[in-house]
Amino acid sequence: MIRDHFRVLIADLSTEQRTITDIDGRYTVAGGSGLAAMLFEKYCSPSRSWDDPAQPLIFAIGPLTGYFPLMSKTVCAFKSPYHDQYAESHGGGRSALSLRFADFDALVITGRAKSPHALIVGSRQIELRDIHYLWGTDLQVAGKVLRRMFPGAGHRTILRIGPAGERQSPMACITADTYRHFGRLGGGAVMGAKNLKAIMIHGDASFPLPEGNDYVKVFDKVHTDMTDTEMMSKYHNLGTPGNIRLMNELKALPIRNLQATADPATDGITGERFAEVALLRNAACAGCPVGCIHIGFVRERFHEENRYLYRQISYDHELIFAVGSMLGVMDCFEVLKIIDVAEKMGLDVMSPGVALAWATEAFGKGMITEKETLVPLAFGDSNSYQQALEHIAYGTNEFYQLLSQGTMKAAARYGGGDFACVLGQEMAGYATGEVFFVSQALGLRHSHLDSGGYSYDQKPKGKTVDDAVKFLIQDEKGRVFLTSMVSCLFARGVYTDDMLSTCLTSVGYGALADNMDTVANEIQRLRWKMRIKTGYRPESVSIPKRFSEMTNWKGPVDRQFIEALKAAYGQRIVELAGFAEGK
Amino acid sequence: MSHDEKRTNAMKILTTPRMERCIGCHACSLACARLIHKRLSWDTAGIRIRSSGGLSTGFEARTCLACSPAPCVAVCPTNAFSQRKGGGVIARKKLCIRCGACAKACPVDAIYLDASGEPFVCIHCGKCVPYCPHDCLEHTESSRGAAAAGQETTNAGEAEA
Repeated sequence: MIRDHFRVLIADLSTEQRTITDIDGRYTVAGGSGLAAMLFEKYCSPSRSWDDPAQPLIFAIGPLTGYFPLMSKTVCAFKSPYHDQYAESHGGGRSALSLRFADFDALVITGRAKSPHALIVGSRQIELRDIHYLWGTDLQVAGKVLRRMFPGAGHRTILRIGPAGERQSPMACITADTYRHFGRLGGGAVMGAKNLKAIMIHGDASFPLPEGNDYVKVFDKVHTDMTDTEMMSKYHNLGTPGNIRLMNELKALPIRNLQATADPATDGITGERFAEVALLRNAACAGCPVGCIHIGFVRERFHEENRYLYRQISYDHELIFAVGSMLGVMDCFEVLKIIDVAEKMGLDVMSPGVALAWATEAFGKGMITEKETLVPLAFGDSNSYQQALEHIAYGTNEFYQLLSQGTMKAAARYGGGDFACVLGQEMAGYATGEVFFVSQALGLRHSHLDSGGYSYDQKPKGKTVDDAVKFLIQDEKGRVFLTSMVSCLFARGVYTDDMLSTCLTSVGYGALADNMDTVANEIQRLRWKMRIKTGYRPESVSIPKRFSEMTNWKGPVDRQFIEALKAAYGQRIVELAGFAEGK
Repeated sequence: MSHDEKRTNAMKILTTPRMERCIGCHACSLACARLIHKRLSWDTAGIRIRSSGGLSTGFEARTCLACSPAPCVAVCPTNAFSQRKGGGVIARKKLCIRCGACAKACPVDAIYLDASGEPFVCIHCGKCVPYCPHDCLEHTESSRGAAAAGQETTNAGEAEA
């Protein structure tokens, strides 16, 4: 629905009050990331803890959601249990279109339900339902029951948490429609703290299209660019897993807790290998004709007499890196088995994978023993990792309770912080060098997608600190505008500034198209303001020694450059947010 | 377009022969709503996609199978739905009284009623076909028999959306 304001549903789980409110700001923050930050500022109590019932859990979509292909993501914002600061996590599935067709620009959930509940939202339905009987179920069981309970198959999203979220682990994700996730920084724990097992959004409304023929013509141009040109072929073909081979060839693939950056054994987990033996089919987020979701299978022999079951599991580069190369597991089916356990537990795959890589090295060095780990951790031992993931989800003992809060929490207790592969949160799968390490360590989401540090690292040498800071700030600005639309970042090659401007104008948001630069600046500023207001201090972020001990295709990593860039980028972020000295 | 081509096109129907390839992007539904019904929707469309769990795991399309004679036509009290040559219906919204009888009569749940009771059904125009990224859909000559004598509508193919 094209409108000059935001239509927001506020659901208070404590009082069970549900309020629909119109909020201004379309032409200053656009939607998505900008809208989430604006709503966070309005509803958050910065000094209170992340699990205070009053804290908001926000889901926001953008002005072009549903109107154009790949405008198919939802921004989730909350105060993170990982660092007790502002956080954003992005997810797809059917979440964005469902929210669009439920006729809300955003959903704000506050309070804490008296017992485990589900929130059900549609254009003609807003309901809270007690589902205490599903508390404790893994996501496979919960998904099946929830699908049966609610109407609208195909035109709804079911966001849910597993045991990790119920236990409020900072590594708990929110799963959307089985194969997509709001993965990082503990959104699942926030739902757990609210006693909210599931959110079902039924997209059951429809809207008139903008007048005139422009919109249909622009749509066709975008659709053609997405499907008939080479611009998106990477995602349509092998998908992101194609990066495993490329990173390995560059000697930039983190392997065995970043003790290596290349290994011929990674042939067993490349995107090509997955496609050859394990790829079952593809799927798409609603509104995306590219269909980058790659679904593999594992089969399990559960009786001697050749009795098997099979399961379908989605995979991506980041997952394969985190529980494949990082754990020395070089067989694609074993990687899928580990991902499957994380999926059932409702864990983000990346953080626990990288955490277990640290634990394996610490175990090998004798800093922790089987008394802590309960299973003997060894690189390549998929069975132990599958069990260890369940221990992380359930917090079986003190060691796993600490580890599930983040590798650095465990390292603070047991030692080994020097070799913890943590960049603000557990690292992403790119050991490309200095600019990426600083970019993820300081980035607002601590994501490789905050800005393209990994691609800057691959440019010819001769870079200066000033150039790198300019690049990171400028690149982030472009990306936050896209995530305010809310576009999938895989479409950034198609959605240039000119194309976005054309799209916005064609549906009646000409005023937004005319002010894209100003709006992008404001969104970037507001997001950082929220992060700093909730306690972020870039100078307190450290980049562990392991990152300067490694070597990639460029040779050894330059520690001095890391420190200089970290200081300059951190200062620039603080200035940008309006918190510079004297202000 | 020649008269013969027009006539052939009028006889074509939408089929969904390769739904095993479907990735659930909803591009077909969105295209139908956008191009035929001038709506932003995945409901008010002649083809709608839903997930099918269980053993077959994947997606299925809810769309008109081009019955001839069509049960929805038989129950329409105002002739808002009339038999289309080659199967399916011609819908005239001006005549529709929103009784919903057509949707109840459809054996495959291919007719969507919006909140006001307005019916949406495939008119077999084929406009959704090029938007499917995996060629799940086809706009093809009907292989079935024509409508029973006396039940055909003369201006088939000029369906009113």
